[in-house]
Amino acid sequence: MSLLKPTPQVCSWTQALDHPASLATYVANGGYQALRRVVTEQMPADVIIGELKTSALRGRGGAGFPTGLKWSFMPRAFPGDKYIVCNSDEGEPGTFKDRDILRYNPHQLIEGMAIAGYVLGARVGYNYIHGEIFEIYEIFERALKEAREAGYLGDQLFGTDFCFQLHAHHGYGAYICGEETALLESIEGKKGQPRFKPPFPASFGLYGKPTTINNTETLASVPWIVQHGGQAFLELGKPNNGGPKLFSVSGHVNKPGNYEVPLGTPFSELLQMAGGVRNGHKLKAVIPGGSSAPVLPGAIMMDCTMDFDSIAKAGSMLGSGAVIVMDETVCMVRALERLSYFYHEESCGQCTPCREGTGWMYRIIHRIEHGQGRTEDLELLNSVAGHIGGHTICALGDAAAMPVQSFLKHFGDEFAYHVEHKRCMV
Amino acid sequence: MANPDLDTLRLSPESLALIDAEIAKYPADQKQSAVMGALRIAQMEKGWLKPELIEYVADYLEMPAIAAYEVATFYNMYDTQPVGRHKITVCTNLPCALMGANEIAEHLKKRLGIGFGETTEDGRYTLKEGECMGACGDAPMCLHNNHAMHTHLTPEKVDELLDKLK
Repeated sequence: MSLLKPTPQVCSWTQALDHPASLATYVANGGYQALRRVVTEQMPADVIIGELKTSALRGRGGAGFPTGLKWSFMPRAFPGDKYIVCNSDEGEPGTFKDRDILRYNPHQLIEGMAIAGYVLGARVGYNYIHGEIFEIYEIFERALKEAREAGYLGDQLFGTDFCFQLHAHHGYGAYICGEETALLESIEGKKGQPRFKPPFPASFGLYGKPTTINNTETLASVPWIVQHGGQAFLELGKPNNGGPKLFSVSGHVNKPGNYEVPLGTPFSELLQMAGGVRNGHKLKAVIPGGSSAPVLPGAIMMDCTMDFDSIAKAGSMLGSGAVIVMDETVCMVRALERLSYFYHEESCGQCTPCREGTGWMYRIIHRIEHGQGRTEDLELLNSVAGHIGGHTICALGDAAAMPVQSFLKHFGDEFAYHVEHKRCMV
Repeated sequence: MANPDLDTLRLSPESLALIDAEIAKYPADQKQSAVMGALRIAQMEKGWLKPELIEYVADYLEMPAIAAYEVATFYNMYDTQPVGRHKITVCTNLPCALMGANEIAEHLKKRLGIGFGETTEDGRYTLKEGECMGACGDAPMCLHNNHAMHTHLTPEKVDELLDKLK
């Protein structure tokens, strides 16, 4: 499973090897050759951005924005400091893929960030890592040290004028810092409160300088694309959805874990790879893209393929690729109660609709779950959710509203039963 | 610094060296960027972040104390109240709950005789409810003192862990 041969595994190929996180393993399998080529051949930035556009690589953090297009927004000729920032603040419930890249393949991310630095004119990069995975942060720090000592990071790389410094920064328990401008605030040593956009980070980012922020898996895919070409990456997926993607499968499956499969893989196949629904139970519902994505009934999911367009067509989002599987034993009211508590707990408090609305929604769902629901509650919930979505600075408001709206849409009868009978129908 | 009790607040040379390494990551005029790391390092050494300690860190980074307070109170892994020697944080978010986190949490509460947000009388354990730690595939899990993650927990594994923590 070498980096040199096109294989469906772009990010997780080192896991089959001894010492997967080590520099020696990475280099022995073709690692850092893409960076060497880019830097020593002085490959034009436009050529690399062109390959990214061809590859149809779309952001792996949740929004699915085309990476090549995002990179083209960066004012590369702007004199002065510019930054490349990696978002490894993986705290979207259900998502645990970047953790595996950091612990099993950190050098591919480092190489991707260095190439990004070259293309975007950034001489310094930061990787922001979720505070709760502190042991993984330490693995990444060790990988950085190895890369510096071997001359893959630092001054005058490969004997050229290109210099690139890369550092790790950790969070310390705030979901909101996965939002890119909150993340920038956090690197600046402040509360993680999202900024108004515009201006966008490409013009006013870290320390007010032009900044590009990409997800871990996105940046780790870049060396592969440089090495094999955008067309080869595109062909691993499907049109407009290039490449394979890591799917984090959790919940009621026999083999929870990360599975890197081509975009466009039928959901039923992914479910099978994850061992199927636990104990032979029946599939009830799936949240296909992290807790913020609308829930879908199992029957709808079984007809979907795992790519941005198919999941969007079914009424949800591929998001971060976090697939939360629920079997027939799940009470949807209780499930939503826990998610709503999370958004209430993690709202940064900046915007009134989100700060007040998330607590309001949680309290309503809590009372329904505890047999004190009122007949008007379902309508009220939809109304509160509708007044949060689209009315806040960042997407946390929408992320809190979408689960509520989708749970009511697909499983409204369970909520009505709770209200009427003061107990669960499951 | 207004605080007369400076000696008990002063961080060890080892901790200060670690903070200096954090400062070195950022542009020379952006020392405040190191506050996340510096507060973590201070908390590791002193157990929790009392207001005077936060001020000490702010002074060291040449930033307003209020800005350091904001950070210490915004991010939930900082402890601005005393905690036990062993802080155990259990994620109970949906994916973890589907995989048995509530049963693990109940077991911990029963074993320790405390609820979430409480500390045992002997000051040995604090139990906290956590939010997503980004490791859902390995659920149920807990985090020990903000550092070591223990995954695939069963009641037996919890008992083993508790017996090891003195």
